[in-house]
Amino acid sequence: MFSEIKKSLLVSVWFMFLTFPIMVVKVNTIENTIIWRWENLVLVGFGSFFLSFLWRFMHNKKATKRRQDYKDALSKIFYDNLIENKKVFVPIIIALIIFILLFPKLFSTYQVTIMTTALIYIVLGLGLNVVVGFAGLLDLGYVAFYAVGAYTYALLNFNYDISFWVALPLAGALGALAGILLGFPVLRLRGDYLAIVTLGFGEIIRLVLENWGEVTHGPSGIAGIERPNFGFDLSIVGSINAIYYFVFLFVLVTIFFTNRLQNSRIGRAWVALREDEIACQAMGVDKTKTKLSAFAFGATWAGFMGAVFAAKTTFINPASFTFLESAIILSIVVLGGMGSIPGVILGALILILLPEYLRAFSEYRMLIFGGAMVLMMVFRPQGLIKSKRRRYNFESMSKKQLKERQNAASS
Amino acid sequence: MQPLLEINGLTMDFGGLRAVDNIDFNIYSKEIVALIGPNGAGKTTFFNCVTGMYKPTSGDIYVYADGDNRKRVNGLKPNKVTELGLARTFQNIRLFKGMTVLENVMIGRHCRTHANIFAALMRTKRIVREEYESASYSYHILERVGLHAFANEIAENLPYGAQRKLEIARALATEPNILLLDEPAAGLNPQETENLIDIIKMLRDEENISVLLIEHDMGMVMKISERITVMDYGKKIAEGTPDEIKENPDVIKAYLGEDVDA
Amino acid sequence: MEYFFQLFFAGLTKGSIYALIALGYTMVYGIIQLINFAHGEIYMIGAFTALIVAGVLSVFNLPVAAIFVIVTLVAILYSSAYGYTIEKIAYKPLRNAPRLSALISAIGMSIFLQNYVLLAQTSDFLPFPSLIKEFEFLRPYNHILSSSGLVIIVSTFIAMVLLSLYIKFTRMGKAMRATAQDKKMALLLGINVDRVISTTFVVGSALAALGGVLIANHIGQINFFIGFIAGIKAFTAAVLGGIGSIPGAVLGALILGWTESFSTGYISSDYQDVFAFILLVVILIFKPSGILGKKTDQKV
Repeated sequence: MFSEIKKSLLVSVWFMFLTFPIMVVKVNTIENTIIWRWENLVLVGFGSFFLSFLWRFMHNKKATKRRQDYKDALSKIFYDNLIENKKVFVPIIIALIIFILLFPKLFSTYQVTIMTTALIYIVLGLGLNVVVGFAGLLDLGYVAFYAVGAYTYALLNFNYDISFWVALPLAGALGALAGILLGFPVLRLRGDYLAIVTLGFGEIIRLVLENWGEVTHGPSGIAGIERPNFGFDLSIVGSINAIYYFVFLFVLVTIFFTNRLQNSRIGRAWVALREDEIACQAMGVDKTKTKLSAFAFGATWAGFMGAVFAAKTTFINPASFTFLESAIILSIVVLGGMGSIPGVILGALILILLPEYLRAFSEYRMLIFGGAMVLMMVFRPQGLIKSKRRRYNFESMSKKQLKERQNAASS
Repeated sequence: MQPLLEINGLTMDFGGLRAVDNIDFNIYSKEIVALIGPNGAGKTTFFNCVTGMYKPTSGDIYVYADGDNRKRVNGLKPNKVTELGLARTFQNIRLFKGMTVLENVMIGRHCRTHANIFAALMRTKRIVREEYESASYSYHILERVGLHAFANEIAENLPYGAQRKLEIARALATEPNILLLDEPAAGLNPQETENLIDIIKMLRDEENISVLLIEHDMGMVMKISERITVMDYGKKIAEGTPDEIKENPDVIKAYLGEDVDA
Repeated sequence: MEYFFQLFFAGLTKGSIYALIALGYTMVYGIIQLINFAHGEIYMIGAFTALIVAGVLSVFNLPVAAIFVIVTLVAILYSSAYGYTIEKIAYKPLRNAPRLSALISAIGMSIFLQNYVLLAQTSDFLPFPSLIKEFEFLRPYNHILSSSGLVIIVSTFIAMVLLSLYIKFTRMGKAMRATAQDKKMALLLGINVDRVISTTFVVGSALAALGGVLIANHIGQINFFIGFIAGIKAFTAAVLGGIGSIPGAVLGALILGWTESFSTGYISSDYQDVFAFILLVVILIFKPSGILGKKTDQKV
């Protein structure tokens, strides 16, 4: 016990030393004034003292149970008592859907806008989850595809007056195309190089948007983008609500599609590629094609959401598509649980809604995101809710029976 | 007789090092062949060349896919080689650790099935049937190697011996004509090795698969191989039946060193 | 011709800073195969510490040269401490985890540190006091090479020489090279691998801090975000030269510095960063092993 306290004291002293200049001293080099904030030193001292206990506690806990970690308490409760228990799951889902449908009636327009944003991030998270979570390709430039979608609609609408409904599929298609064009040369690279190249690519897109003024209107962006036309006249509030419902529909479609793919031949190949690339190829999986499909499929959702974002805000500029945005989407996936669809949904809701409703918290948003990414990787790499492998229906079927079945089906 | 696999003058250089030196090698239908040799003799490199992991410096590798149809596989990607009926396992087990045992085997079905992204999204009737068949045939393979009880376990949690067998099951799912096993008995206890021998024999007798194995367990090699090829310093130094190899002075020298009498 | 030399020295100055940062990337990568994403932030923290210490010291009536030396030393001390701590918190627990996990942890650390400085200090650009007096002898050539530029080039050169001597001749330097070659074998031979890794972070961070102080002094302003772009560019330099190779990092950094200064000088300044990123993408795609790097095949 005494040695534990001593350890924590040392940690605390170390952190007080470490954070001293940046936390305590604030200089103004123009007016030559110095502000000393000693209260911060006390804060850091106490904070790190207690956190170091917590750190060691978590560390020991992690070290003692390693083997069963795929059956951790939270995921177990989630799957066994919720998702796989139809008696609980069905009512909850019905209640949830009713709540979401009634949301605009119950809350203000401002709340609806925030919820729409959260829903957009769910789709983005699910899209990136395909790339990072399933296929294990760390894409740090995901926001580039989002930008492609947004600018597709904005420019088509601004220059040619093309409606949202025509531009939306185009945005998705161009997102996918951008995914393929980027993916083709870079997917041969090893994981960490891939991360840097995609990051570089995201920045290139943003810089081009900023500097190619004749086409993109540069940093000032494009304003006055039309909201989607839902076939009947709507007030602004009505239109905001309509977009909310539309995005919700989109979330459902995305969940449906990514879930289907996850449990398909392609989805399994993605996961296998993530687990062991060399073995995967040796088992007859075409590495390039499989990676490319994940990349393009993930990019498609970003393309769609880009158009939706442009239509929702009616104004876009390159500042909306910085690395920060990619980092937020990545933290949604990481915190929620890489490869876990329910995890990503939960992650998006927590990370987007919490800072909005806890105003005090919002200032520290990125600080907490960053810290949480580190802590998650150290203590809970599977995320809040771990992905669960599927169970299949099967009988025992010999090769002969298999061939007979196949012949019968094809004739 | 026509071989299933025909290799002429296979050579692989790494910089200045010649890891595989002018090897000729054939495998015929329904036989079990062992490739032995001291550590670093180039056996695994040979495997990697044949399965498309490495592109050989020179030489020809031909696969006879169906009957007379000869196909040169040098420089083909590993997945293409697998499609032509050559499947392998790895010396240091390389499973898809986070996936279930059944899913591991189902990955082997990938190159024999066809669902693309759009079909999978629409989940057409054909796809549903294909998935069912994939799972069913994979389960059948697990039964053959005795792992069916573990079908829904996460692969990582299997005991070591079972992991080795799972690698074989996964390779079998690709419907190979030739199975290349890289030290399948490494780390197995005697019972497990016996079981492995039974499985390999069963594959030859019932599934018509030829097996090429790299192995250091001489007891096992002598027991099951019809032919043995010995490599040393990248060269083939001997070839023959187990009895011939046992007596071969070059082989004894390669294993025990020059100064055996000194 | 004068314009050419101006660009030449601008590129050399820039390249020197990139080299100081790139070394940290390349050394860490060489030893634990991790892109230390937070390395750019170490450089930024070095610059910030320098600014704060210079601010505090301005109260006392010290000669500028003395302030410069103290500021540099304190910045190096602090950045090294940060580098050491980051390794212990964010990377050491993940040493046996998949590489993707460690990389995500590094990205998280980078975001955390950026926002830590943003919240504890400010998001504005802060003017950095000039700590280097104009050299008399440089006055006629001032438009080609400023005094602070010369200090950057000379200090970088000295740092490089010291570093190569350190790695070549000291016990720790040898242990570093051994660990980079084969971590398991080094461990078996009784090398304290944990300490080697910590030292690598400390040395890399010290170099980055030096870069941070020098560039802040040269450009005259800093903010919390300077580490991000500088970090990516330095990483580009490390990859260009061949990651894991120390002379490679320096070579790559100089090439990158010149590419940037000449392309902005002769082509367009709007796309300065784009050139660097395009160079990065092109190198990684066509020659991922870099100029001096060794080709590493994945073992089967």
